[in-house]
Amino acid sequence: MASRAQPISAVQRAGAAIAALVLLAVLGPLAAVLWRAESLTGLGPADIAAIRFTIWQAFLSAAFSIVLAIPVARALARRSFPGRAALIALMGAPFILPVIVAVLGLITIFGRRGVLNEGLAALGLSGLEIYGLHGVVLAHVFFNLPLAVRLFLQGWLAIPAERFRLAATLGFTPRDIARHMERPMLRQVAPGAFLVIFLICTTSFAVALILGGGPRATTVELAIYQAFRYEFDLGRAAMLGLVQVGICVVAGLLVLRVAVPAAMGTGLDRPMERFDRQTTLQRAGDWLAITLAAVFLLMPLLAVLLRGVGGILTLPGSVWVAAERSVLLSLATAALAVALALPMALLIARGRARGLLETIGALSIAVSPLVIGTGLFLILRPYVNPASSALPVTGLVNALAALPFLLRALVPAIEAAEAGYGPLADSLGLSGGQRLRHVLLPRIRRPLGFGAGLAAAMSMGDLGVITLFAAPQAGTLPLEMFRLMGAYRTDDAEAAALVLLVLSLLLFWIFDRGGRANAAT
Amino acid sequence: MKTPIIASGFALLASTAMAQDSVLIVYTYDSFVSDWGPGPQIEAAFEETCACDLQFVGAGDGAALLARLFLEGAQTGADVVLGLDTNLIASARAMDLIAPHGIAAETLTMPISWDDPQFLPYDWGYFAFVHGTDLENPPSNFRDLADGDLRIVIQDPRSSTPGLGLLMWVQSAYGDEAASIWEGLADNIVTVTPGWSEAYGLYLEGEADMVLSYTTSPAYHLIAEEDDSHTVAAFEEGHYMQVEVAGIVNISNEMELARQFMEFMLTPAFQEVIPTTNWMYPAALPAENLPAGFETLIMPETPLLLSPEDAQAVRVQALDEWQAALSQ
Repeated sequence: MASRAQPISAVQRAGAAIAALVLLAVLGPLAAVLWRAESLTGLGPADIAAIRFTIWQAFLSAAFSIVLAIPVARALARRSFPGRAALIALMGAPFILPVIVAVLGLITIFGRRGVLNEGLAALGLSGLEIYGLHGVVLAHVFFNLPLAVRLFLQGWLAIPAERFRLAATLGFTPRDIARHMERPMLRQVAPGAFLVIFLICTTSFAVALILGGGPRATTVELAIYQAFRYEFDLGRAAMLGLVQVGICVVAGLLVLRVAVPAAMGTGLDRPMERFDRQTTLQRAGDWLAITLAAVFLLMPLLAVLLRGVGGILTLPGSVWVAAERSVLLSLATAALAVALALPMALLIARGRARGLLETIGALSIAVSPLVIGTGLFLILRPYVNPASSALPVTGLVNALAALPFLLRALVPAIEAAEAGYGPLADSLGLSGGQRLRHVLLPRIRRPLGFGAGLAAAMSMGDLGVITLFAAPQAGTLPLEMFRLMGAYRTDDAEAAALVLLVLSLLLFWIFDRGGRANAAT
Repeated sequence: MKTPIIASGFALLASTAMAQDSVLIVYTYDSFVSDWGPGPQIEAAFEETCACDLQFVGAGDGAALLARLFLEGAQTGADVVLGLDTNLIASARAMDLIAPHGIAAETLTMPISWDDPQFLPYDWGYFAFVHGTDLENPPSNFRDLADGDLRIVIQDPRSSTPGLGLLMWVQSAYGDEAASIWEGLADNIVTVTPGWSEAYGLYLEGEADMVLSYTTSPAYHLIAEEDDSHTVAAFEEGHYMQVEVAGIVNISNEMELARQFMEFMLTPAFQEVIPTTNWMYPAALPAENLPAGFETLIMPETPLLLSPEDAQAVRVQALDEWQAALSQ
C-alpha cells in the first residue's frame, strides 16, 4: 500500500508535525546538555566496556523475551479457558512495576533464601546464584516477556477468523498453519517488538547494576549518572547520550528492514474460533507454556502482594495523596500518548519514510531519561519554577516513553485495516476523520485500548524525571514509595508498592477492557 | 533572579505563609523533606522564630543536590544548601557559590574538630556494616572480612554517597594497600547497588549477611520497630565518618536570614529532631540528650575522615582501583 495515490490528509500532516515535535522533545534536551557542556568529552576504555556490555545484555534480553513469548502467545491465542482474560491482564503486570519492587519480587523467588533455592536445598541440590549476566537477562525477560506476549497475541487475534475456518476446510496441518498464517504474522510483529525491548534494555540502570553483581555490569546509563552527579562532566554525559541515539538509529534501521507487513486479507471481524484439529501433544505443549509463563510472571507478583497486604491500612496519609496525584497524572499521560501516537501511526502505516518515523518514535526510550530530564531542566529553568513544572514535565516524558509501545501496537493493526478496507474506503471517497471513525477506529480499538492502558500504567510506575524537579509536596506514588524505603520504612514501602501494583493494573485493565468491548476474546 | 517565582499549584497550596514574609529557600536531599524526615518539624520550629517562610526544595540525594546547584550555577534559586557530605565539599567549593558562614560554632559535639569557613555540619554518622545479632564471629576488620566467606552488599561509589564513603573508608584506613583489600573483598561482595535503599532492602531480604550502612541503623529498628536483632560490626581500623553540612549561597538576597537559619541549625530546636528522623547523630547536642536507645550503639574509638581536599584528590584513583578489583 506504499504507493497508493491519496491526498495527504490533515491527520497525516498532524502525524508529520508530531514526529518533528517528538524528535525535538528528545534531541532538544540532549542539545541543551551539549550546549551547556560546550564541548564533548572523549570516551575512555571504561565507557567502551560499558557500551559493549549494554548492547550485549540488551540483545540477549530482547532475544530471549521474543523467543519465549511466541509459544506463550500462541498457546493463549488458541486455548480458551475460564479466567483467561484475567490471566492475560495479570501477566502484563511485571512490565509496569517499579524496578526495585520487581527486583525484590524476583529475589523472593530466585534469591538466596528464595523459593527456588529452598526447594533445591530440600532436594539436596546446590543453590543457584541470581547475580551475574544471567540475572540481568532473567530480570529483563521478566519485565518484557509480558509486553512481547501481548504484542504477539494481538498479532494472532488479528488473523481473521475466516482464515482459520478456511484452513480447516482445506485440511491444513499445524505445520501448514504455521507456514501460511502464523509465520507471516510473526515476521510482521517480531522485529518491532524486538526493537522496543532491545532499546528499553539499553537504558537499564538499576536492574543491571543490582543483579549484575558489580561494576562488571556497568551500563551506559550508569556512566551517564556518574558523569552528571559526581563528575559534573556534561560533555561526557552528552557524548554518551549521542551514543544511545546512535545505537537506536542503527538498531532501528537494521531491525525494521526485516519487518514485512503481513498480507493476511480481511475477514468479518468475527471472534476467532479455531477449527483446526490439534494434536494432544500440541495441547499439552500449550498448557505447559501457559503454566510456566504464569508461574514465572505471577510468583514474584504474589510475593509483592503477600508482603504489602499487611501494611495497607496503616499507610501514612501522604501515600494516598500521592496515589491520587499519580492516577490523575497517568490519565493525562495516557491521553497525551494516544494523541501523539495515533497520527504518527497513521502516517507510518501509509509506508512513507517508515524506518525513519519508527526510529524517531523509538528514540524516546533509547535516550537516557536522565539526559532528557536534565536537558528539559536546563531549557525550562530560566522560564518556569522547576517545582511547579515537575508534574507536567513528568507527564510529557512519560507520554514520550510510552510512544514506541503504542506505535508497536497500532501500526500493524492500522496496516491490516488499510490493506483490507483501504480500497473500499478509497472507492467510497472516505478520508480524514470519516475514514478514521468508520474504517480504522473500530478495527484498532483493541490495540488502542491496550496502548492507552500501557501508557497509563507505565506512567503510574515510573519514578522518571520527577526527582530532578520535584517539590516536597508534589511527590508521585513511586517517589513516595522510594522515600519510605530510604527511611527504613520497609513495611510501609511494601504496602505502597502493592497500592501501586493494584492501581497500575486497574488502570491498565479498564483501558484494555474498553478496547475489547463486545469482543469475545 | 533571586526573587523566587511564586510556585503555583501544590507548592502554593502547601504554603501557609503570608505573601509579604521574606522567603528562605533551602535546597536539600529528598529524604530530608519527606513527611517522616526532619524537614516538616524543622520548618515549623524555624518559622516560629523568624517571621519568614522557610521552603525546603528536595532534589534526589546529596549528589543530585550538588548536581542541581551545578546546573543552576549563578541562576540558582537557593539561599542555603543543606545535605552535602565532606566527600562532596571540594566540588561544591569549586563552584564558587558558597559564602563564608562567619559562625563560631562552639557548641559542636562531634568527635573531630571542625573549622571549615564555608560549611557547617548539622549531623554526622559512622559508616559500618550492619548484620543480624545471630551472625557468629562477625569480622573485626577489613582483612578478616576479606579472608572470610561472609556475603556483603555495598553501594556503588559512582552513584551513591554511602558507596563513596566506603571507598574513602578503605582508602583512609589502608592507603596504598586499598587495592589489595578490594581484591580480597571481591568474592564477598554479592552485588553493588545504585543507592542505599536497594542495598538495605537486599540485606533485609536475606540476600547478604552484612550491608554497608551506619552505626545508627540498629537504632531505627530498636526505637521505631522495637526490634533488637540488628547490630553492627566494630572495625579495629576505625570507622569512616559521614559529616553532613550546609552552606549559604553567596548570591542569596536573604543573606541575613540564611545566616539566622545556619545559627538555628545548631540549636536544640533543630538538633533534637535529627536522631529519630534522619537517624544520624546531631552535630551539636550532648550525648545525654540523645533519645533512649542510642546508648546501645557502638561508639568507634578511631574516627576516620579525609579532608574535603584529600578526598577529592584520591577519588579518581581510588575509583579506578575499586573498579579494577571488582571487575576481575
